[in-house]
Amino acid sequence: MAVNVKNVSEPRGKSWLDNTYVIPILKGLGITFKHLFKKRDVLSYPEDKKVLPPNYRGLHMLTRDENGREKCVACEMCSTACPADCIRIVANDSGDAWKDGHENREKHPKVFEIDELRCIYCGMCVEACPEDAIDMTDMHNLADYTRADFIYNKERLLGVYDEYIKRHPDRAQRRDGLHKQMKNSSYFTVKDVKHSDEHGSVH
Amino acid sequence: MDAFLPFVPYLVIGLMLAIYLAIVPIMLIVERRVSAWVQYRVGPNRVGPLGLFQPIADALKMMSKEDIIPLHVNKWLYIAAPALMVFPAFFVVGVIPWGFITVGGREIWIQIGQTNIGVLYVLAVSSLSVYAITFGAWASNNKYSLFGGMRSAAQMISYELPMGMAIMSMVLVVGSLKIEDIVNFQIQNHMWGIVFQPLAALLFIATAFAETNRTPFDLTEAEAELVAGYHTEYSSMKFGLFYLGEYCNMLTNSIMITCLFLGGWHIPFVNDMGFSPLTRDLINLGGFAFKVLFLMFFYVWVRWTLPRFRYDQLMNLGWKKMIPLALANILITAIWLAFV
Repeated sequence: MAVNVKNVSEPRGKSWLDNTYVIPILKGLGITFKHLFKKRDVLSYPEDKKVLPPNYRGLHMLTRDENGREKCVACEMCSTACPADCIRIVANDSGDAWKDGHENREKHPKVFEIDELRCIYCGMCVEACPEDAIDMTDMHNLADYTRADFIYNKERLLGVYDEYIKRHPDRAQRRDGLHKQMKNSSYFTVKDVKHSDEHGSVH
Repeated sequence: MDAFLPFVPYLVIGLMLAIYLAIVPIMLIVERRVSAWVQYRVGPNRVGPLGLFQPIADALKMMSKEDIIPLHVNKWLYIAAPALMVFPAFFVVGVIPWGFITVGGREIWIQIGQTNIGVLYVLAVSSLSVYAITFGAWASNNKYSLFGGMRSAAQMISYELPMGMAIMSMVLVVGSLKIEDIVNFQIQNHMWGIVFQPLAALLFIATAFAETNRTPFDLTEAEAELVAGYHTEYSSMKFGLFYLGEYCNMLTNSIMITCLFLGGWHIPFVNDMGFSPLTRDLINLGGFAFKVLFLMFFYVWVRWTLPRFRYDQLMNLGWKKMIPLALANILITAIWLAFV
C-alpha cells in the first residue's frame, strides 16, 4: 500500500520578496504607529470610578424597619445557607418588648457577626433571608489592618446600612420594586459607565 | 578663549559620560510609556508630571531591594557578571563621536579619543558583553538560566558576523575605518549611507537588534519561555546593572547606525544656509541627537510590532540567510568599485 507523503513545511507561492517579510513588517509598524495616537480606553481609578449596578454584591448591611430596629428575626437561614460559614448568630428571646401593633417578633439577634474575609460574596444569604433583613451594598474598598477588624458585628452592619441609604435612598427596601430600581438606576441610564461619584468607603 | 583649551578634554569626557548615564532614565520612562501607548494603555503617569520622575522611583526601588546572593551560585562569577556587562558598554564610549563644534575658529570634536580604527574598535569591544551573559548564566546554577545564557551567547556570536560584514561594505566604499571619515564621506557626496548601501543598512539594523537581545531576538529574556533567562537569579542593583548595560549597548548601536547610514551630523540644507559656524554646528548636533533618539524610539516601536523568533528560526536567519546576503553585498560592492 503506497503512502502519499505531502510536504507541508513551507507555504506555497511565496515570492523572494515575501520571504524577507519586509513589506508585512512595514505594514505592522504602520499599525502600531497609529495606535500611538488613538484614544485610550483606560479608567483612571481613583479619579474615575466605574458605575456599579444596583444588584452589585459588596459589603453586607442589616436593614432597619420603620422603628429603627433591625429587621432580622434571628431565624439563622442566612448562616445555614452560607457556603463559607462566615455568619455567626446568637438569638435572643424578645419577650414582650418587641410586640407592638401588628408586629409580633419573638426573636432578635443578640450577636450577628459576619467575617468579611471568609465571605465569598455569593449573595446566598440575601436570597435566603425571609425578612429582607440582610442585603449587600456596593462598597468594595474594605482594606483594613488586622484580621480581627474584618469581623463586622451587628452595630457595624447597621452602620453600613445608615451609610448606604444616605447615598442610595431608594435602595433602603431592596426587594420591593427591584426591577423598577434596576431600570431607573444610573447603570442603565448613564451613557458613560466609567464615571461615578458614588463609591462609599468603609473608613 | 584659549585659556579653556586644556580643560576641553575633561569637559568632553564629562559630556559623553553624562549622555550615556542620562540615556538610561530617559529610556526607562520612554520605553514604558511608548510600550503602553502602542498597546492602548496609559503607562506610568503618577510619579511626576506625566510620570517623568518614574526613573527616580525605579532607581530607588532597585537600590533599596535586598541584595541577595543565593547559596547555590558560583560567587565570584555571580558578582562579576553584571560588572562585566557594564564594562564594555562604557569602554566603547571612548571613540564614539558626537559631532564637532567650531568655537573661535577651532574645531572641537566631541569625542574622547580619536583612533584610526574606530569601527573595528567598536565592534571588538561590544562583543565583550557575551562574557557577561555567559558568566551570569553559568553562575546562576539554574538550568533555565543556563539555557537562556547559552542561547544568548550563541545568538550574539552568530550575529556578529553579518554585522561586521555589513560594516565592511561601507568601509570598502569609504576607504577608511574612522567613523569621522565615513560621516564626512556622506556629507561630501550629499548622500546618506542608507541610499548607496541599503542592504548593508538593513542588515546592520537587524543585527543591532540581535546584538542587544531586543525583540524580535529576545528569546533569552522572554518571560514566558525561560522565566527571565540569564538574569533570573539577580536582584536589586545587579539586575539594575544588566539593565544599564543593555540600554547603553542600545545607545551605542543607535549612534553607530546614525553615523554609518543616516548621515551622522548632517542635515540636508543647513550647511548652505549661511549660519554662523557655531550655530550651524549646534543645529547639526541637534539633528544628530534627533536621529539617535528616533532610533531608540524605533527599538521600542519594533518590540511591540514583531513576534519573537523561535531559537532555531533565529539561528537559521543568522547563518543561512544573513551571512550569504552580507557576503553577496560585499561582492557586489567590490565589483562595482573595481569596474565603475
